[in-house]
Amino acid sequence: MYNYLDFEGPVRDLDGKILELKKLNETGEAVDVADEIARLEKRSREALREAYRSLNPWQKAQVARHPDRPHCLDYVRGLFTDFTPLAGDRAFGDDEAIVGGFARFRGEPVAVIGQEKGNDTKSRLKHNFGMARPEGYRKAIRLMDLADRFDLPVVTLVDTAGAYPGIDAEERGQAEAIARSTEKCLSVKVPIVSVVIGEGGSGGAIALATANRVYMLEHSIYSVISPEGAASILWRDSTRAKDAATNMKITAQDLLGLKIIDGIIAEPVGGAHREPRAAIEAAGRQIAAAFDELKAVNEDYREHRRQKYLSIGR
Amino acid sequence: MNWITNYVRPKLNSMLGRRDMPENLWIKDPETGEMIFHKELEDNQYVIPGSGHHMRISARERLRYFFDEGAFEIIDNPKVTPDPLKFRDEKRYIDRLKEARAKTGLDEALLAASGSIEGLPIIAAVQDFAFIGGTLGIAVGEAIVNAFETAVRRELPLVLFAASGGARMQEGALSLMQLPRTTVAVDRLKEAGLPYVVVLTNPTTGGVSASYAMLGDIHIAEPGALIGFAGPRVIEQTLREKLPEGFQRSEYLMKHGMVDMIVHRKELRPTIARLLKMMLKLPDGAAEGETAEVKEEAPVAPPQPEAQAGAQA
Repeated sequence: MYNYLDFEGPVRDLDGKILELKKLNETGEAVDVADEIARLEKRSREALREAYRSLNPWQKAQVARHPDRPHCLDYVRGLFTDFTPLAGDRAFGDDEAIVGGFARFRGEPVAVIGQEKGNDTKSRLKHNFGMARPEGYRKAIRLMDLADRFDLPVVTLVDTAGAYPGIDAEERGQAEAIARSTEKCLSVKVPIVSVVIGEGGSGGAIALATANRVYMLEHSIYSVISPEGAASILWRDSTRAKDAATNMKITAQDLLGLKIIDGIIAEPVGGAHREPRAAIEAAGRQIAAAFDELKAVNEDYREHRRQKYLSIGR
Repeated sequence: MNWITNYVRPKLNSMLGRRDMPENLWIKDPETGEMIFHKELEDNQYVIPGSGHHMRISARERLRYFFDEGAFEIIDNPKVTPDPLKFRDEKRYIDRLKEARAKTGLDEALLAASGSIEGLPIIAAVQDFAFIGGTLGIAVGEAIVNAFETAVRRELPLVLFAASGGARMQEGALSLMQLPRTTVAVDRLKEAGLPYVVVLTNPTTGGVSASYAMLGDIHIAEPGALIGFAGPRVIEQTLREKLPEGFQRSEYLMKHGMVDMIVHRKELRPTIARLLKMMLKLPDGAAEGETAEVKEEAPVAPPQPEAQAGAQA
């Protein structure tokens, strides 16, 4: 069954009725339901449009985390050819919360790196729900070094609730791994384009999202701490997550306003999970446009990144 | 003296507990509960003599203890727009800032200064935990960038004392952006061939540990400091289990290869001066510009008063 979000109630009810009518139609009991179905489908589309017209930040967080939302590997499969995953940090292990490797984007070889959340129980466990450990970030560092050595542009796809908060992760230097990954993003000579496709969770996100161009999907979020985390610290009440989401300014629209990101990628009505193909292609067009712009300027990409980040908030 | 002062008053005091004792005169060791007279603590740089527990100290005290003769010159923090998000939780963020300023006498959670350690001129940047948990927001980020740029301009090494709960949530993603911003500053110092020493003090967590505090050429930790990315409570809530004893403490980080050494507060100046002088290929004990006069000196030497020349850069 479809996963409806809380605020999609009217859509769910209408879709339920449509489903019932369709069943009746199949059994031949109803007389002329085709018109009624068409009418309800139109109303359902309108209700969906209405629900998504002005999502509040907390609703956007729900959409950004929707289990059916296209994830990193969906984008990789949809936008890249010859994807050849590379594994391991050459020190401890391979962390599948971060996937990456060489691939061709519009025919050009690139390195692509991102957090993968998984789409079902088995793959979610395999990818640790997109929450990386130090070896994941160290794999990303390794891939960025490789890209730098062979002058390949880098695409990062960001989708994580945050770096994994576990004993083993701390033991192996989670903080240092994140710091080094951000530093690597800043220091490579090649251009980096980053897209926040779902959740941009804190340091675990910035470790991959420090780029020449950063875009966010229309209903994605990017935040210094999860709304739940902020609520439990600042309000001492995790149920105040909605307030935290609103006050912390976590939406793509907020971040564009704060000049932290360079643009917003429009999602289909009802969110990327309703029409993944459309969302993925829109992201692809934005990534291609970004590389074209960067190539046209033909500047020192490293210095460009440094200046860009130094100027944020000034 | 009579029996009242000798007998009754102590008895009354013990019955009333220590509540009526002036708070600032006697300080309690959080580990053993031992009471220490404040003067004794001050002389020991707020390290409890018995247990060796390193108490938190203000940024200003830190600078005073660290620099030769306690002499330093403050580098003014750049002015920034406060409260960009007009944030409020149970309190308005702007009010929290005002309170923190009144409480600490600082304008923000970072104090940068120039001065000398064992005659070697350096820049020091110190986070103050008393100012909203030493959190990293736009102002602290800008102050750190400024301190590093000053160090590059004056061709001086930089010593950073980290003390922070992480990024300042009240500034949302703008505080998160201080991770790459400060990293740019660190990298420019390194490119200029200047050493960067980080002293990790209690606590250093979150976005601060995940950026400039873990990018030093040398990592020194004060004993017993909490250092990590995720706070212990977050980990406990995620895993629903008790954390091992000593988890995320300096000694644990040392064992796991994240810090070079654990150094007692009173040994920080000689240790860092010794390291920096080697990294800068300077003669031991002598400041830059002095002749390489070979002195018999123990590796951990007390400050040389005559090596003050060149301070106050």
